[in-house]
Amino acid sequence: MFANDFTSSEMMAVAASRLLSDRAVCFVGIGLPSKAANLARLTHAPDVTLIYESGPIGAKPDTLPLSIGDGDLSLTADTVVPTHEIFRYWLQGGRIDVGFLGAAQIDRYANINTTVIGDYESPKVRLPGAGGAPEIAASAKEVLIVLKQSRAAFVEKLDFVTSVGHLDGGDARINAGLPGAGPTAVVTDIGILTPDPITRELQLSSLHSGRTLDEARDATEWDLKLADSIAETPPPTEREISALRDLERRTADRNR
Amino acid sequence: MRVGNIEDGRIMPLDEAVRRFVNDGDHLALEGFTHLIPFAAGHEIIRQGRKNLTLYRMTPDLIYDQMIGMGCAKKLVFSWGGNPGVGSLHRFRDAVERGWPHKIELEERSHADLANAYVAGASNLPFAVMRGYVASDLATHNPRIAFISCPFTGEKLAAVPAVRPDITIIHAQKADRRGNVLLKGILGVQKEAVLAAKRTIVTVEEIVDELSAPSNACILPHWVLSAVCPVRYGAWPSYAEGYYERSNRFYQAWDPISKDREAFTSWMEEFVLGTTGCDEFLQKLPEARDEVTA
Repeated sequence: MFANDFTSSEMMAVAASRLLSDRAVCFVGIGLPSKAANLARLTHAPDVTLIYESGPIGAKPDTLPLSIGDGDLSLTADTVVPTHEIFRYWLQGGRIDVGFLGAAQIDRYANINTTVIGDYESPKVRLPGAGGAPEIAASAKEVLIVLKQSRAAFVEKLDFVTSVGHLDGGDARINAGLPGAGPTAVVTDIGILTPDPITRELQLSSLHSGRTLDEARDATEWDLKLADSIAETPPPTEREISALRDLERRTADRNR
Repeated sequence: MRVGNIEDGRIMPLDEAVRRFVNDGDHLALEGFTHLIPFAAGHEIIRQGRKNLTLYRMTPDLIYDQMIGMGCAKKLVFSWGGNPGVGSLHRFRDAVERGWPHKIELEERSHADLANAYVAGASNLPFAVMRGYVASDLATHNPRIAFISCPFTGEKLAAVPAVRPDITIIHAQKADRRGNVLLKGILGVQKEAVLAAKRTIVTVEEIVDELSAPSNACILPHWVLSAVCPVRYGAWPSYAEGYYERSNRFYQAWDPISKDREAFTSWMEEFVLGTTGCDEFLQKLPEARDEVTA
């Protein structure tokens, strides 16, 4: 049963959550990735293992954490390990199936910028920076990226390459010796972009219910390529939308 | 107040520890990953007017936003500088984008790098080796990120300098009367940051007769610490698992306070410079008073 009434932000969270498979081991970024990953856990993927960079492994938070190290993460985790262990043994050690990331800017090869808008030495906007993303993007077996689509975010050229996707395309990533396969999907509020199997350039492969090709093109600074066939992302189900809204209500109550 | 073992002398009030162990120009790490952030110690450093500090922290958080805005920092070594889940650190941004109250130098690294660098520091190694930074612009802009070849396989790996602070300050749940410290919950890089430093201060929620900890618990023996200071709620608005929760409300309230230079300055004057210590700060600040039960 599909929901009749949902926002584009809800569609984005639901579409992203569906890409996370049950029993996957997922390294979760804060914000949208954490929302989508926990929605997956509360719907179709009860056995997903969520790992947060502060140290919790197997976190099952009842509300969405505001920060990457909230108490609800450690209190519900299977174990909490020191932060260096997360990066050394679990990520670098090759234990992560999926890295789930957000971004401020992304390019056509799914390289991402979370560092600065403008020049590095005298930035127009100083963003928070790398955090765990460069090594997650390099070492997770695959990477999912979720962010709202706009011309300011989907840019021809990044102001700064913080974390690498498919570099300049083709076999560049393999040639650079990066351990993981890199981004396999970029989920936005308009649709889903996936890399072309040969060139690795992102192409629109699914449009969310009710969105148009023109909207997707207008929200992309580069000339957005289309997949051979473009699917329609099924709208959120009643179950998905109620799980998401319950989660957000519990989170708002906690932060009040 | 008799707070501990007088003969040993390691247990002392926080203001005395900062006076004795934190100097102008020090390389200083205040660690704590969301959890157990040593806010009270940072505030005391601001009260005592320390300057020209090189600040190390993976996630600068609100405490470094305050220290940067109050002009304590010459340089910041960090990997993620935001207000978690809320947005920007406005004082950090104002310093980087517009040089207020003065320019600060940045040494920008990734979480994996800094976590490895603390391990290297604690291990008395000059650098750490890791897989990372391939094709990232961070390596272009930070000359202290290098690449080396594995002497056995020739594989290219990143090399990053160890972090060896003059002083590391952390917050923990409790200490016994000799000054042995117990941490639990999210441990971040605190143990490594303590063992990498020349001097260390640990603030604790309480001093107890017995730690009664399991044998694999995270314990810092008293003899690796310079000072242990009892400071109840010393991590607020961050949290101490088993004692109090994170004040997500204050993290959200900080956004408008810190956005404006004047609002920031008057907040710092009233609540930090205008108070003598953590107890008075918590009693005076409305957001804290509501949440903190004495």
